[in-house]
Amino acid sequence: MIRMRVKRNLGDALFDWGNVILMLFICFITLYPIWYVLINSFNDGVDAMRGGIYWLPRVFSLESYEAVFKNKGLMTSMGVTVAKTLIGTVVHVLFTAMVAYGISRKDLIGRNLYMLIGTITMFFGGGLIPTYLLMRDLHLLDNFMVYIIPAMFSFFDLIIFTTFFRDIPEGMEEAAKIDGANDLKIFFRIVLPVSMPVLATIAMFHGVFQWNDYFTAVIYTNNAALQPIQTFLYRIVALSGSNQIASVVPGNVVRTVTSQSVKLATMVITTVPIVMVYPFLQKYFVKGFMIGSMKG
Amino acid sequence: MKKFTRKLISQRYLQMMVLLGVAWMIVFNYIPLYGIIIAFKDFNIIKSISEAPWVGLKHFKAFLTDENLLYVLKNTLGMSFFKLIIGFPLPILFALFLNELRNVRFKRFVQTISYLPHFLSWVILGGILTTWLADVGIINNILMALHWIDEPISYLAEPSYFWGIVVTSDIWKELGWSAIIYLAAISSVSPELYEAATIDGAGRFQQMFRVTLPMIKGTVSILFILAVSGILNSNFDQVFILRNQLNETASNVIDTYVYQTGITQGRYSYSTAVGLFKSIIAFILLLCANFVTKKLNDTSLF
Repeated sequence: MIRMRVKRNLGDALFDWGNVILMLFICFITLYPIWYVLINSFNDGVDAMRGGIYWLPRVFSLESYEAVFKNKGLMTSMGVTVAKTLIGTVVHVLFTAMVAYGISRKDLIGRNLYMLIGTITMFFGGGLIPTYLLMRDLHLLDNFMVYIIPAMFSFFDLIIFTTFFRDIPEGMEEAAKIDGANDLKIFFRIVLPVSMPVLATIAMFHGVFQWNDYFTAVIYTNNAALQPIQTFLYRIVALSGSNQIASVVPGNVVRTVTSQSVKLATMVITTVPIVMVYPFLQKYFVKGFMIGSMKG
Repeated sequence: MKKFTRKLISQRYLQMMVLLGVAWMIVFNYIPLYGIIIAFKDFNIIKSISEAPWVGLKHFKAFLTDENLLYVLKNTLGMSFFKLIIGFPLPILFALFLNELRNVRFKRFVQTISYLPHFLSWVILGGILTTWLADVGIINNILMALHWIDEPISYLAEPSYFWGIVVTSDIWKELGWSAIIYLAAISSVSPELYEAATIDGAGRFQQMFRVTLPMIKGTVSILFILAVSGILNSNFDQVFILRNQLNETASNVIDTYVYQTGITQGRYSYSTAVGLFKSIIAFILLLCANFVTKKLNDTSLF
């Protein structure tokens, strides 16, 4: 906010400097733990056990990363994560947007009933066990589709979509109708292309959810080949201190890596994609958050 | 009637699109709601839900007389309480100070950095925390170098540290993200108010607390209602990742208890009863918080 001031007095200047220092301190506190993980993951594992690496790696080494990339199980997990994030996000965005488009049309017969059915789902849920039993009955246990189908729709996201769709000028749809397009065609050819900002926002939220989700796999799968990287990491983190981590490190590697350094390297590899797309998405989520907060 | 049918036919594609969504909600939202009745039955995994015999409130009684109830409730409410009294005001303060930054680019820089931890999963954060709090971790190293402690402390094995770890790490992760909504509210405050305040001789602190804060009171109230109604949700992911057998007495909350009794021990009916008990209390809390803020300053969720 730009404020005009006739004169800045000493108190003002002190306040500003104090404020800047406070903010720099908050930035440091936020970034340092992430930096610490990064430099330690690039340090020789055995050497890192002595501790004391605070600013830069002491004995630079890429062997922890090599160990991770050579580990077949870990790479499978990475593949599962990439697949569930890409497929899950596309399916979620298209399906939720499609339902939202139908509901956003004011002349839709039964619109109020559909909205009621949806609103109730936002306040009441079945809880862990009834949901688990449903997944079992639908044969979604130990099935890749458990990442996609139960997450393909969200009524909260639908509300954000409808808010946006309502602002699309009706003339565009009318013109298409005169040219003989049906509602499905209008949705795919006209509504989706003009809705990129909101599609990107929801895709971002859901993509981050899919990428970070570890719990779905914890409850619904026992199959190691279906385990996403976050679940893999969860098992390492939750078991840290016990011997089971050692099994992550392949036996034939010269022991310059430790379970700890492999854990750190895995954490970095898991975080890098999020940090890379983050600057591109920031402009969207601030906007998206505001649309969401006004309705929510 | 003819008109209605004709209209229905003309919007057959639209109806198809919406009904797919309704069908999804019926399967994934409403069937689990029906599943709640196993809380009043003795459900057995081999039989179907409808075959299980009714047992009334047996499982609720069992939970209310359960020796674990006391510490599970204490942990749930305790952690949420500290998150509420410390974690709720801090983002507001952060937003107020951020708003006072004069350099727009620096302001954007601070914001960008403060959002970042929100996008890291709790699994990653669990990894960071176990690294930092380990016996040879950075916290112990620093405290030993300062001679504040003589030997390393195993923070995650010690129940007395658990709440502190949970509350602090939650603030670290969500401070910037929670502030977004307050910043959005602040951006709609008229600059004229600040000019008038300056002319009246208000200092910067006075402007923050006498102008900005009262102007965003409505937003603060709504978020407070939501925070209070979520007091029984002690951030499942966070607790689930950081808990272990050694800190159990300080870490087990209702949600992890539901997981433990349901998924791990297979006591489906009992676990569902505990979950339902939680939902009912949460709903009552929402209504109460809504009622109180409505009385206090005319803002409410509904």
